[in-house]
Formats: sequence, structure tokens, C-alpha cells
Amino acid sequence: MTSNLMTSHEAYTNEHGKLSPFHERQAERNVRGAWAEWNGYKFAEYYYDAQYEYFCVRNQCGTYDISPMQKYMIEGEQALAMLNRMVTRDLAKCKVGRAMYTVWCTEEGRLIDDGAVFRLADDKYMLTCGAPMIAWLRRAKLGFTNVTVTDVTDDIAALSIQGPTSYSVLRTLNLTGDDALETLKLFDVREFTFNGKPITVSRTGFTGDLGYELWVDPAHAIELWDAIYAQQDNYGVHPYGEAATDMLRIEAGFIMPFVDFNEAHKTIHFRHDHSPLELNLDWLVNFKKPMFNGKKALLEEAKTGPEYRLVKLDIEGNKPAEEAWLYADKNCTKEIGYVTSAMWSPVAKANIALAMVKPDALKGDIYAEIYYTQELRQKMKVAKCELKDKPFWAPERARAVPPFQY
Amino acid sequence: MFDSIIIGGGHNGLVCATYLAKAGQKVVLLEAGDQVGGLAKKREFAQGFNAPVANYVQHFSDQVVKDLGLSKYGYANQGADSPLIAVGSDGQSISVLGDDLEGASDSDQAAYKTLRRSLKKYAKALNSSWNTAIPKVGDNSLREIGVFAKMGLNIRLMGKEDMQEFLRVFSLPMRDLMDENFESPLLKAALSWDGLQGARLAPRSPNSAVLALLLKMSSSTEGGVSLGSSQLISALTQAAIDAGVTIKTNTRVEQVLVSADESTVVATGVKLTDGEHINARRVVSGVDPKSTFMKLVPADYQEIEFIGRIDRFRSKGLVGKLNIALKSTPKFSADVADNGRLILADKMDDIEFAFDDTKYDLPSEHPVLEVTIPSSVDSNVAPAGKALLQANVMYLPQHIEGGWSEQAKLAYVQKLIAVLEKYAPGIGELVEAAELLTPDDLEKEYGVTGGHWHHGEFAADQILMMRPTYGAAQYNSPIENLHLCSAGCHPGGGLMGAAGRNAAKEILR
Ligand SMILES: Cc1cc2nc3c(=O)[nH]c(=O)nc-3n(C[C@H](O)[C@H](O)[C@H](O)COP(=O)(O)OP(=O)(O)OC[C@H]3O[C@@H](n4cnc5c(N)ncnc54)[C@H](O)[C@@H]3O)c2cc1C
Repeated sequence: MTSNLMTSHEAYTNEHGKLSPFHERQAERNVRGAWAEWNGYKFAEYYYDAQYEYFCVRNQCGTYDISPMQKYMIEGEQALAMLNRMVTRDLAKCKVGRAMYTVWCTEEGRLIDDGAVFRLADDKYMLTCGAPMIAWLRRAKLGFTNVTVTDVTDDIAALSIQGPTSYSVLRTLNLTGDDALETLKLFDVREFTFNGKPITVSRTGFTGDLGYELWVDPAHAIELWDAIYAQQDNYGVHPYGEAATDMLRIEAGFIMPFVDFNEAHKTIHFRHDHSPLELNLDWLVNFKKPMFNGKKALLEEAKTGPEYRLVKLDIEGNKPAEEAWLYADKNCTKEIGYVTSAMWSPVAKANIALAMVKPDALKGDIYAEIYYTQELRQKMKVAKCELKDKPFWAPERARAVPPFQY
Repeated sequence: MFDSIIIGGGHNGLVCATYLAKAGQKVVLLEAGDQVGGLAKKREFAQGFNAPVANYVQHFSDQVVKDLGLSKYGYANQGADSPLIAVGSDGQSISVLGDDLEGASDSDQAAYKTLRRSLKKYAKALNSSWNTAIPKVGDNSLREIGVFAKMGLNIRLMGKEDMQEFLRVFSLPMRDLMDENFESPLLKAALSWDGLQGARLAPRSPNSAVLALLLKMSSSTEGGVSLGSSQLISALTQAAIDAGVTIKTNTRVEQVLVSADESTVVATGVKLTDGEHINARRVVSGVDPKSTFMKLVPADYQEIEFIGRIDRFRSKGLVGKLNIALKSTPKFSADVADNGRLILADKMDDIEFAFDDTKYDLPSEHPVLEVTIPSSVDSNVAPAGKALLQANVMYLPQHIEGGWSEQAKLAYVQKLIAVLEKYAPGIGELVEAAELLTPDDLEKEYGVTGGHWHHGEFAADQILMMRPTYGAAQYNSPIENLHLCSAGCHPGGGLMGAAGRNAAKEILR
């Protein structure tokens, strides 16, 4: 009998991660070989050291490869109508040249995913999100005839450049366009020319700091990378990976799938997914809109109030409250919630966390039961938590127009 | 301002409109075609020949006849006197009328009586469930409990043995049911017919054939057929007019008007293709569910999961209609009654093989036919001395490779006439005009998605509270004041009127 077993090199032929258009350069800098995977792309967990990369972004600037992020072009006369039925915000308010952060829900009002919608032209939108969404977009298109949805993930190389010196670096690229780069406000999107090639620049990011996202033809990715890294000595550019991103986004108060929320379509247990109201994203839910998927359910939920609320906590001490339970009392008898993300924040100099708390417990005391190890010994402490309204990191420079120059 | 707009003047639209008008509502019925009746409307395909697509009445609701006083308008459910005739290519025939078989063996006769007794019992037990809305599962209302309790009770009341037998056979393939009971292949083919026709089913398919057969046995005629549907349609039309329904033909609805505010999405009227707006307190669609939600209601107002379920509502029809204008009444080799329903299939495998082709989007290479000669009972359907032949053709997919071009259709008509020639030699000579309506033609001309007999498969996953899908299974929809009343609702298709009546009852509740 002949064996159908594949030889070892054949076995995983199609399982190797796809390589990002920036891979060649990133591989040179990935000195630890710390590769992870994102949407089928080989993707850096970190390049040198997560903490170091975090400080680079907060103090100078860093680049983060968002090519693996899923990107969809939604075009046609009914593009707006189709997207507006799908997402919770009113995209009619998103003008050409603007982007919007939004979420979309199931008909039960549970969060499918979050992402950004860029309005590139009257009838042309780009939707970006962390996980593949084509199946949902195809369903979201049902009933509309004048709209097309195209997955352009592999057709666009995208690089995020974040941190205080990001603008100063981009200035050296001599981008030319109808508007000057310095006029871009947060969530503005503009077309420019870079070395004679088109480039789209948006003032967006996932760090809560000054920063931009750059969108180019994959063929020009390396040229763009090299131009940016030519400024390394002047402005301190460094690539950062997934681990640093996670720190940066917690400080900015941004939520992460499968950390702070479970995507509804990937949730099996009843109510282990989340509604945008639970995630404190009420500001994204436009009930004035005539219809959007999940509106009926969310209206009901708004009446009775959500089961949980995602809040920001400042926790006493310096032990990160990772996976901590929350209680209303110091003796930890009345459980009121759980921590979803936690870290010691170097910039805020605080022990911070995002947490899900039962709404009626928010008026009272909150204590976290924190487990940690000290030289292999299991330790536990109960720490008092303080509610915070504002993100832990929201510097003036993140919004300033024109941006600060270094 | 109207209380109700009914979109579509099929028989269900007419029935619903009349009930609402009789309850005091101001009702307008808007029909795209030049006359009402839907698939059963008059159809003059050749001069002087009237050939409605749905040309016989089999299970029209007794309750509707009574409630709307149709006898006053010349319609009654009596006179279901058209025998089902199994016709073999060798000239043999077996005729079935009511509980009696003619031309069959003694053992088949005995078996038929026994099976028939059971089937009638089951049909009766199911009757109350066809004639009411099936509540949502899980609302735990008294009504829900009541309806389900009654369904269960009726089945239980058949007695333990019948109940067990019913639960055993209700999803059986027709082939098993027939093989268990009969010996004549010819008889089996004909008796399986009513369970199959109109659905994506062949004798070997499990699922809903027995239920479909029982649905067709739901009226007092117990599955008996009377040729000619025009009397029914004209009675329904007259009843509607007398009840005060305003009927507008040549009036096509382009869109259901929907208005939405912060908390509700409400249907407020319709927009016609000529641009006119008509407002009403509610809109009732007698058009199939897929057309209603995919074409008439703007997508902007419908939740994605709901429209996804509507999108996958299976509604690919497989029955075509052959109409032939004949110089005179054809002569069949077999000894058959003129007013019979002839099933031209020697054995169940003929039907099965005909079905197999459609799995690959091919029209049946050897089609099977159900043939009637309506001119034998109604002199108005053909010019004096001439004859009208109408046949349901199984199976024809809506889309075939290369499309249903005029040429493809002509060639297929020739094939069908050749089939008829085997049973009625010389019939080809009598043909004056012939037309074939494919499911695609039916979709285009009658606005029925897929040209489907039931507006959507009558199958286990698409019946009762799943018909057409949850969220719209109680003759309502996720959009307030938008209701449904067509065959795409519970209980399903055929000239029955139950969907129209149940819808009106829900609206008036
Ligand atoms: C080939 C074939 C043969 C059949 N033969 C029989 C038979 O002999 N006996 C039997 O009992 N059943 C038969 N049936 C089944 C039966 O015809 C249907 O189940 C029945 O007609 C359904 O009735 P309805 O009122 O729900 O809808 P329909 O009869 O489909 O009526 C819908 C109406 O809506 C109208 N409409 C559609 N769109 C619009 C619009 N936008 N604006 C305004 N009006 C619109 C259409 O013109 C149509 O008049 C047959 C079906 C087929 C396909």
C-alpha cells in the first residue's frame, strides 16, 4: 500500500505565514526571531524588546505593520446605505476625506467587531478591521444591488507610524497633495504623492498618541520603509510589534478582541459576547439613525441597562491586576466584575486596568483580588480601585493641528 | 386613507382583502397584472383558449367558502369529480376517485382502502393546524401553548396506533409508503404524484412528501380535484367587490414605503411603478416572501440576519406548464375519462430519473406529465368543437445551461408532444398552438420567485413557525404594520386560501 503521508517539507507548504510587503526589512530587525501570526501573515510579536519598543513610541516614534489588517473596499451608489445598515454610527456624517471608528453588531445587538471606515470618495469606502469579515460583509450586502465589496487586504501595504516625532519623520518624505500634511486633523484621510507614487495618509492609530497610517501599493512598500528609516538617526524610528501595541492601546483605553471582548460570531456560550453598551461604547451607538443591525435589541437593552460596563481603573500598588476578580468589599465576598486588561503604565505612573463591572456596583467601592508570583511563591493581595473617566494617556499632541515638530 | 393595502391579487390576496373588508376595513388591492387571480388568473395563450396556470382546484378551504359565502357566487367545494388516472405507456390504466380504485388488483384495492382511511384520519388531525397562525416558539403565551396543545391533542386523539403510524410515515419518502402498500408500479407512480408535485422531491426523497399529500387532502374533498379554477377566482373576485374591496389592476407596487424614527420602523404605504404613493395603516403582501423582502421593502430597514434567512428561503420551482390548443379532443389509447387527471409515468423510477437530471440543472430528458383536458368540463375554455390540453411538466429547472431560449423551449415542446404522442397517437396532428411556461417564465410573468408552486419549498425546515422564516412566520414581519398573506406563509401553496384567511385573522386579532 502506498502511503499518502506527505514528507515533512511538503506538509506545511501552505501553512507558512504570508509575508507582508514590509517583511524583508522587518525581518532584518527582528533580532529575537519573535514571530507570531495575524490573519495568516507572519507578524512580529516584538523586534527587540516590548518595553523598549513601547518607550520608543511614547518618546520618539515607531512603525507598526498593519498590512495584515483586513481591508475591504465598499463601492457603489448604495455603499453608504449598506454600511449604514451594518454599523452603529451614522456614516452619513462621515465626509469624504474623513474616517470613523465604529462597531457592528448581530441582530441581537452583540458586537461582531470594531474597525475604522474611511470615506475615500462619495461612493467609495474602505473598511478595516482586525479579523476577516468578508462573510459578514457579503450578508450585509443582501438586498442591495448597487454595491460591491472587495477584499483588498493583499493589495494594500499599510504601515502605522506613531509617536511624537512621527510627523517630523513624515515631513521629510516631501509628500505633495492638495492639502498640506500638517493640516490633517485626527481622523482625516488624504491622498498624496510620494516620489511620484500615490500614497494615502490618515491621521489615525491605535496608540492614543500623535500618529499616522500610510497606505500604499505593495510594490512601493520597501521604498517607503527606507525613506522613513533614513530618518532613524534624526528622529529615532523603531519598529514595534504586537506586545508593545497592547501596552500602548491599554493606556489609550482602546479595546482588543478576545481580550476585552469576545467577537459575537466566535462566541458559543450565551452572553459571553458583548453589547456595545456593555463596552461603554454608547457614543458609537446612534439611536437616532432609522435602522442599524441590532438596534431593536440595543434599544431594549438601553431601557433595562446593560449587564456590565467596561470601565477604566486606577489600582493601588504596582502589581498588574491581570485576570483579577473585582469585589464590592475588602473581604472579597461580593463579586462585581472582572479585569480584562491590566498593566503598570510607565507614562501615567499608575497601575491601570480595563474591567467589566456590574453597573450598580459602580457607585460603591471596588477591590481587586490580585494574584501574582514572587520568586515562585504564589501571592495574593486585595487592592482598592479608583474609577477613571479619561484615558490614561491622551496628550495634547495627539490632536494638535498643526502637529508639534521636533 | 386606507386601513389596508393588499399587494398582489392572487387568490390569497383576494381572500385576505375580503376578510378585512368584511370586518369593516377600507381595503385596496393592487395587482400588477391585467386581472386578479395570480397563478390561477385567466390566460388566453391562443385565441379563444383560456388556460390558467393553476387550472384545477383540489384543497380550497371549506372555512373560506363558508365565511365569504362563495356559494352565492357560484362556487362550492363539491363536484371534485376528476379521477386521478394512472396511464401506462402500454395502454393500461388505473383510475382513482375518492376511496375507489378501478382497474387495479384486488390486493391493491384493499390496500388503498386501508391506506386511504389512515391518510384521511391524519389529514383531519392536521386540519386545525393549517387553519391557524402557528405562534412563535418560546413566547410561552397561552396562545402558543393552546395552538401546540391542540396540534398535539389532535394527533393524540387519533388513538395510539394511528398516532404511532402517523409519526412513522409523515416524513417517509413516497417510494417507501407506496412500496409498503401496493404492488402495481403504475399505481404507485400515480399515487405518489400529489406528494411530489410542486416540491423539490422525487419518490426517493425523504422530508415532506407525505405532509404535502396531507395538505392537499385538507378540504372536505379529501384530495379530490375539480378541473377549472376560473369559477373559484371569479367567485372570490365578486365576493371581494361586494365586501367593498377596491381592486386596481395594472397597478404594480415598486416599493413598500417605510418610515422610521428612533424607536420603530413602520410600513406606511406603497409606491407604485408610476410614482404614485398610496398610504395606509398597514400593508399586506400577497407577493411571495422573497420578492417582498428582497425587492419591495428597502434593504436599509431590514436586519442582516433576517434578510439572510429570507435569501436562503428555498424557492426554486421545478414544475413547468404546457398548454396546447387542439383542433379536437384527443383520443388516448388507454380507456380514460375525459375529465381525468392523467399521470403519465409507468413507475416511480420514471419520476425519479426525471428528477435526477434537474440536480445538474438539466431539464428532464424523459419528463413526466400530469395531463388534463379542461375543455371536457367547461365549454368556455376553448372555442366550440376544439379542445384545451394542460399539463404540469416535471421537472424543469428555472435556469438551464444556455438559458431557456425560444429555441430551447420550442425543442422541449416538441419533446413533450412526442411524449403525448405515445399515449394519444395522432395528437401531434391536432396541435394548433402550444406554449411552455418554464419556472423562469412564471417568475417573470407572475412575479413569483423561482416560479415556485408554494412560493418556497414546502419542506420540514420551511413549514409551520419556520415559514417563511422566524421573524415573519405569524403573517407579520420585523417591520411594523407590514404583513404577509401569500402561499409563502403557513400553511403553503395550492389554491387553498388558508394563508390569506389566517393572515386576516392575525391582523384582526
Ligand atoms: C405550474 C404550476 C401549476 C399549478 N397548478 C395548480 C393547480 O392546478 N391547482 C392548485 O391548487 N395549485 C396549483 N399551483 C399552485 C398555486 O398556483 C399557488 O400555490 C397559488 O397560486 C398561490 O397563490 P397566492 O395567492 O399566494 O399567490 P399568486 O397566485 O402567486 O399571486 C400573487 C399575485 O401577486 C401579483 N404581484 C406580484 N408582484 C406584484 C407587485 N409588485 N405589485 C402588484 N402585484 C404583484 C402577481 O401578479 C400575482 O397576481 C400551481 C403552481 C404552478 C407553479
